[in-house]
Amino acid sequence: MIKSWSERIGFFLLTLAGILVLFILSLILLDIFSKGIKTISLEFLTQPPREGMTKGGIFPAILGTFVVSLITVIFAVPLGMFAAIYLHEYARPGKMTRFIRLSIRNLSGVPSIVYGLFGVALFVQMLKFGTSILSAGLTLGLLTLPWTITACEEALKTVPQSYREGAFALGATKWYAIRTNVLPYAVPGMLTGVILGLSRAAGETAPILFTGAAFFLPHLPKSLFDQFMALPYHLYILATQHQAIEKVRPIAYGTALVLLGLIFLLNLSAVWIRYRYRQRMRG
Amino acid sequence: MEQKIKMFIRNLNFYYGNVLALKNVNLDILTNHVTALIGPSGCGKTTFLRCLNRMNDVVEGARAEGQILLDGKDINSPEVDPVQIRRRIGMVFQKSNPFPKTVFENVAYGLRIDNPYVKAELTARVEKSLRDAALWEEVKDRLNDRAFELSGGQQQRLCIARALAVEPEVILMDEPASALDPIATLKIEELIQELKKKYTIVIVTHNMQQAARVSDYTAFFYLGELVEVDRTEKIFTRPGLKKTEDYITGRFG
Repeated sequence: MIKSWSERIGFFLLTLAGILVLFILSLILLDIFSKGIKTISLEFLTQPPREGMTKGGIFPAILGTFVVSLITVIFAVPLGMFAAIYLHEYARPGKMTRFIRLSIRNLSGVPSIVYGLFGVALFVQMLKFGTSILSAGLTLGLLTLPWTITACEEALKTVPQSYREGAFALGATKWYAIRTNVLPYAVPGMLTGVILGLSRAAGETAPILFTGAAFFLPHLPKSLFDQFMALPYHLYILATQHQAIEKVRPIAYGTALVLLGLIFLLNLSAVWIRYRYRQRMRG
Repeated sequence: MEQKIKMFIRNLNFYYGNVLALKNVNLDILTNHVTALIGPSGCGKTTFLRCLNRMNDVVEGARAEGQILLDGKDINSPEVDPVQIRRRIGMVFQKSNPFPKTVFENVAYGLRIDNPYVKAELTARVEKSLRDAALWEEVKDRLNDRAFELSGGQQQRLCIARALAVEPEVILMDEPASALDPIATLKIEELIQELKKKYTIVIVTHNMQQAARVSDYTAFFYLGELVEVDRTEKIFTRPGLKKTEDYITGRFG
């Protein structure tokens, strides 16, 4: 079949756009990987920074990011999940529900620095958690909440209505039907969304900037009310605020690579869960 | 034989929002008989069926007026729990909807709802339900297989077994054989004959021959109204109204 000219031009432009995007992305990844890989060593992953962060490792930042993410998950996942169940299964469609849903969509577009400032006002000052792991984790939790709710609602949407009606027809109450015949099939999809949201939160700097992340700590945090070091913030300091920027550049690249690796791992696990879930739904 | 009325429907109007979907329907459903509902698509048969176990409660903006009595008690009265109604009135859907669980767990689903059965009793009741649904011989070695692995006809009989397991009094069937081949359909029809000894059955069907074969009474719906109801052999040989005759002879519909 002979393709028309407009078809050919269209195909060419779309292919070009695809290649261009791929090219830019691989350039960034390649740059970080090639410059970061030299820094990565067992010492780098397990030791604290030394000599004004020009030597040593980034273990406290890895630990900090991990613990804060944990707080984020503990706070945002159950809350987001229950909110999604309410919105999708219980709330009557109407103006109010539409308004709530619209607000959630809008919140997911709010710049992260705004969440950071809100976190300072609410958690640090009003609730007196201070600048701490807890404040930062809760702030990141707020940030991921809209994503979590939306992802969980989408997951609930994929469960066929016939599972609900089938259970009702057998005399199941609404909550029983949801618990035994909807949630089990929605949870993997929910987890996928939650992990993707978390991987975004783990890389955020602005929300933790004022709520708990520290420039440098000589010790590991001892409680949830301690300050902490975190990968994205550490990277930000090394790349822009350090007095010997050229000297710490390799460490900055190493930190970037670790952060990327962490997020890559999170996304990979999301893909894996989705894959497993598809297998299961196929029966 | 004395005929008892299981369900008694009077002046039933049903609305989806502002749309009147059922107009002033009056019908008696007799105990241990099969009542077939026929009529062209969109005439309200399925809506009517779903009124009988309050399944329409789930639908947004749906509203019923009039009386639906089950053993003399109004199922729509405020003190009645729709969950209890659905326990007594089972339903089999048009598109077989096994849950993504094993064959065993599908049948056990309704039993587990608020009865913590001991394993042996649960197993016995699952077996009995599968036997009653004429499926046991085919699946007795496959109880732990996933329900989706069964054939279409087996899946539909599994859904019937699942409905039987909770021991309802009435079974509503919404075109249970519409997606099945003639042999699977025949099995379902034979099963219905067997089931009516113990249960009261209401079946929606598009298939005129099926209505004639399986039912004792046939109700013809058209545009949301119940046009005519009578003994099946009378409806199919000497219908009282021209409209009914036109429909069953295929002149419209």
